[in-house]
Amino acid sequence: MWAGRDVISILDFTREDLEELFRVARRMEEIERRGSDILRGRIVATAFFEPSTRTRLSFEAAAHRLGASVISLHPTVASLAKGESLADTLRMLDGYADVIVMRSRLEGAAKMAAEICVNPVINGGDGTQHHPTQAMIDLYTIKRLKGGVDGLVVGVLGDLKYGRAATSFIFGLTRYRLERIYLISPPELRVREDVMMELDRLGAPIHEVTDLEEALPELDVLYVTRIQKERFPDPAEYERVKGSYRVKLSLLRKAKKDMIIMHPLPRVDELPYEVDRTPHAAYFKQASFGVPVRMAILSLVLGAVVE
Amino acid sequence: MSSEEKVLKVSKIEHGTVIDHIPAGRALYVLRLLGLTGKEGVIISLAMNIPSRKLGKKDVVKVEGLELSEDQVNKLALIAPSATINIIKDYEVSTKMKISIPEVISGILKCKNPNCITRKEREPVISSFRVVKRKPLLLRCEYCGRFLTEEDVVEQLTGG
Repeated sequence: MWAGRDVISILDFTREDLEELFRVARRMEEIERRGSDILRGRIVATAFFEPSTRTRLSFEAAAHRLGASVISLHPTVASLAKGESLADTLRMLDGYADVIVMRSRLEGAAKMAAEICVNPVINGGDGTQHHPTQAMIDLYTIKRLKGGVDGLVVGVLGDLKYGRAATSFIFGLTRYRLERIYLISPPELRVREDVMMELDRLGAPIHEVTDLEEALPELDVLYVTRIQKERFPDPAEYERVKGSYRVKLSLLRKAKKDMIIMHPLPRVDELPYEVDRTPHAAYFKQASFGVPVRMAILSLVLGAVVE
Repeated sequence: MSSEEKVLKVSKIEHGTVIDHIPAGRALYVLRLLGLTGKEGVIISLAMNIPSRKLGKKDVVKVEGLELSEDQVNKLALIAPSATINIIKDYEVSTKMKISIPEVISGILKCKNPNCITRKEREPVISSFRVVKRKPLLLRCEYCGRFLTEEDVVEQLTGG
């Protein structure tokens, strides 16, 4: 059941919820270009207290495609600059709009928002763990391109400690029966202990490795994330490891022919342009699914049925 | 007569509270948590590392005239989950209570993550932790997911 619901963590959603979302998203792909008016008269507020390109724009595009109006808060010019609390700002938006899509640097901000707002709150990313709508897009991408998620071997590469897209994606995978999940990262950027304990509790078939080449030949899906220099206490250590987590063309010879490479974007140099031309590259397709999946999320939480 | 009974006989109180079955070595933390310094003038007896059938070793704290508030009982549960509270009236035990840690602990503890929304003074949100494990105690922040360990909890409630 989706109507009226907040979207705070991917772990709040069952496999059945996700399957329902994906059925609607498939329908949204068909009507995306011609548009629809099922959300006419509704107002979607986007409140990004931290910069965002893809998430904010794709939510706004999704709202427009369904006939909704959009109001946007720009933190630099807005009330926050005058010292208003996040909570007060959100209460105000709650009074203006039918649903709020938000992002904040503060962990748990979306949960607090959901507690104080009457209307549904959608978490467009908070802190280091939650980016549920990205995880929904990622799972949808796998479903569309691989036919399903069960039984696959998935590798998640990069910053697994601070990267919220990676953490949400890994949490999302626990809703399916995977053959194996490889977590591939330098030791400094391994999944945090509290996240690992949750994955253990959920019975996820996790294997932690530091070497991409070790896992690569088995993978059906390689999910790449950016490793940020500022995460390393010692810049020399960053320089030492960064090469090992770059998906070079030469390396891909060891991969299965039909392995897909995903990335939540933006990328820097972990994924060289030359990979774009290979049949493995799925990240732009993945990004394009952002709009139909977010159309589906908006229509479901607002209780609007697509014809 | 066991040594435990001997200790208990030494210092009977007329009215007050006996906190029994405190994990060995935590009696001083319990006093600190209750805000007792010894300068209050009331009778306080304290026994540490005495033999216990249930715990192997335990501490006991007796305080003349003390009545625990609900908040104090909740905090006590966090640093001495095995404790039993005996309320004494006219030298006899009038009520015996076993304390336990609730599933969710609100407002008592502080999240360790400075980036957690519960750490922002101006936001109207109180900390909330869910019990992950009871022995040793492990709590998870309901907002940011970070752990608090038993040591963290003891440190926060007793100042070290």
